[in-house]
Amino acid sequence: MSNILEVNKVVKRYGDYVALNEVTLAVPKGSIYGLLGPNGAGKTSLIRIINQITLPDSGQILLDGEKLQPKHVQYIGYLPEERGLYNTMKVGEQCLYLAQMKGLSKAEAKKQLEYWFDRLEIQGWWNKKIQELSKGMAQKIQFVVCVLHKPKLLIFDEPFSGFDPVNANIIKDEILKLREDGATIIFSTHRMESVEELCDHIALIHKSNKLIEGKLNDVKRKFKTNSYEVGILSDNVEGLMYDITQKFTVRPANFKSLNDSLKLEIQLGNASPNDLLSLLTKRGQVNHFVEKIPTVNDIFIQTVSDK
Amino acid sequence: MSIISLIIKREFISKVRNKSFIVMTFLSPLLFVALAGFVGYLSSMKADTKQIAIHDESGLFVKEFTSKNKKDADYKYLDLSLVDLQYLKDSITNESYEGLLYIPKSTNSKELENSIQFISNDSPSISFTQKIQNIIEAKLTKTNLVNANLDTLVINKAQANVNINLTKASGEESVKGLNEIKIGIGGAFGYLIMMFIIIYGNMVMRSVIEEKTSRIVEIIISSVKPFQLMIGKIIGTSLAGLLQFFIWAAIGLLLMFAASAFFGVNVGPTARISPELMDAAQQEMAGTVQMYIKELWNLPIASILIGFVVYFIGGYFLYSSFYAAIGAAVDNQTDSQQFLLPIMMPLILAVYIGFFTVINDPHGTVAVIFSMIPLTSPIVMLMRIPFGVPLWQIAISVTLLFASFFAVVWFAAKIYRIGILMYGKKPSWMELYKWLKY
Repeated sequence: MSNILEVNKVVKRYGDYVALNEVTLAVPKGSIYGLLGPNGAGKTSLIRIINQITLPDSGQILLDGEKLQPKHVQYIGYLPEERGLYNTMKVGEQCLYLAQMKGLSKAEAKKQLEYWFDRLEIQGWWNKKIQELSKGMAQKIQFVVCVLHKPKLLIFDEPFSGFDPVNANIIKDEILKLREDGATIIFSTHRMESVEELCDHIALIHKSNKLIEGKLNDVKRKFKTNSYEVGILSDNVEGLMYDITQKFTVRPANFKSLNDSLKLEIQLGNASPNDLLSLLTKRGQVNHFVEKIPTVNDIFIQTVSDK
Repeated sequence: MSIISLIIKREFISKVRNKSFIVMTFLSPLLFVALAGFVGYLSSMKADTKQIAIHDESGLFVKEFTSKNKKDADYKYLDLSLVDLQYLKDSITNESYEGLLYIPKSTNSKELENSIQFISNDSPSISFTQKIQNIIEAKLTKTNLVNANLDTLVINKAQANVNINLTKASGEESVKGLNEIKIGIGGAFGYLIMMFIIIYGNMVMRSVIEEKTSRIVEIIISSVKPFQLMIGKIIGTSLAGLLQFFIWAAIGLLLMFAASAFFGVNVGPTARISPELMDAAQQEMAGTVQMYIKELWNLPIASILIGFVVYFIGGYFLYSSFYAAIGAAVDNQTDSQQFLLPIMMPLILAVYIGFFTVINDPHGTVAVIFSMIPLTSPIVMLMRIPFGVPLWQIAISVTLLFASFFAVVWFAAKIYRIGILMYGKKPSWMELYKWLKY
């Protein structure tokens, strides 16, 4: 799979402050790529560079194999975190204007707009002014503006903020559909559960440096500690504990279970799960045995607090 | 290019559709006419004639004030030389005299020169004291000459009365008062440029601030370059300004036609009084008017109009770039004040120089220098053009104006580019300087 976007050793400084320090990323075509990082890590700087809002001090960016250049703006759709539209302009005119700026002809823009207004069931808004709409409604318009010109690469910065759960779900489905239709999506957010749900690739930027990048599963595999969550019913808890603490590191675990079983998190080290399992089955009734997979949240917190 | 025209179109339409634009465009000429009418009405009202009491112990001067052939609409002089001076002084307030002119008894003119008093509650206007002084001086001089046994007839004959005829080097005779017309035309155009720069420059700034506070700017500049956005905004707004100007011009012409029709009717009845007299007067009037019209046509009209367009474009673009950069640097309009002051100053300076220096000496060093400096040249040069400016000066001035326009646009674009993405802090001058280096 080729990459739609390659970021090569990009450096961006604001005065003495280094916002991006030789950041290198590769976004595969057709992926939903989570761009993570704490506040002030440099995500917005990177996104702005990809959008050609600002220029990098050094390094280069390839879009679909070509060096990033002004004509590429029409291939990119950008939903900034700070939302805004012209307050006193009518919704329809505004969308047409912004679509034409992305290189669409007026007729084509109108056609696309009608399609999207139908799809999101907002046909009645055409002649309304933005100031007459609620925040969530304005967000929907903004989403439409972002995808109207059928960009190959979509960049969403916190796309769900401001939406109620119903609308957030509609937007999520639309994002997934856009991906099915062939778009690649870069997704910057602090909501880890939506990363978990949507992303297949992630990158983590912290203090201007990229720390992690890769397929979500690969990253998780890298971060897994070979630990297992175990639920066991045993008559002889002390004996059991004695046995396993001899061989493994054991911590109390916390997971939901209907039984009144003993809950443990056991780190295997170099041993295989079967070793543990055979040991456990001798001592009691195992009713829960799951490999502990790190969540994105865990990975995020661990990486950020390590540094 | 098509993107810039798209931006220009949007800016233009959003300005023109704005309610305040419509109100401003159609209401302000009416307001202007109403105001002019009001002022005209006020000034046509006879001011109360002020009474001046004269206590002339010398008896020399009182006739000069009270004699019938010295008409004075504003002041009425009362000869109260026989009334007791102290009583007069006390009665200034009671009798509502504007003041009391006291001339002591003396035959020594040197002594008189400094002993005449004007007593009043409020200090009199400069023009009034000047007038009294002139009358007394003239009389006193005459008396002195008579006392020196000089024949007044000879003196009157010897009195030169110079009336300089203005002739241009090209040989045509000029009408007197033409300079006033030139000043009027130059001043009007210069003032117009200043007004347009301020009004429409502010509009550009407001529009930038609006985009910034509504945060739409990030979406827009992900599609277009900040520079394109800035230029599009400046041009679009200027077109709205020009439209307003043309509407005003059209309304002005209509009103002028309406006014002349209105006054034409008014003139009618007076014509009945004496046709011959009217004819003569009309002919004379027509002659003068023709002369003036001829002179008006002799004015460098082409250079004035072309100058107006060129300097309007240059000056407006130069200042609008400043306004755009300021709009980008601040978050709201109240923060813009500290940056606006340095912009207003050259404009105000230019108008002052125009109205004081250019009028006195259209081709003096000060006028020439300030008609070269780009920040003041649009106004000062426009005021000079009716007086005839050498082409090389205009060439230098225009070149400087447009060169600095490009320089300023370049700087402004840098500040603009950084500024529109900066939120939440009020930048200092130092910070703006740093942005230039990013």
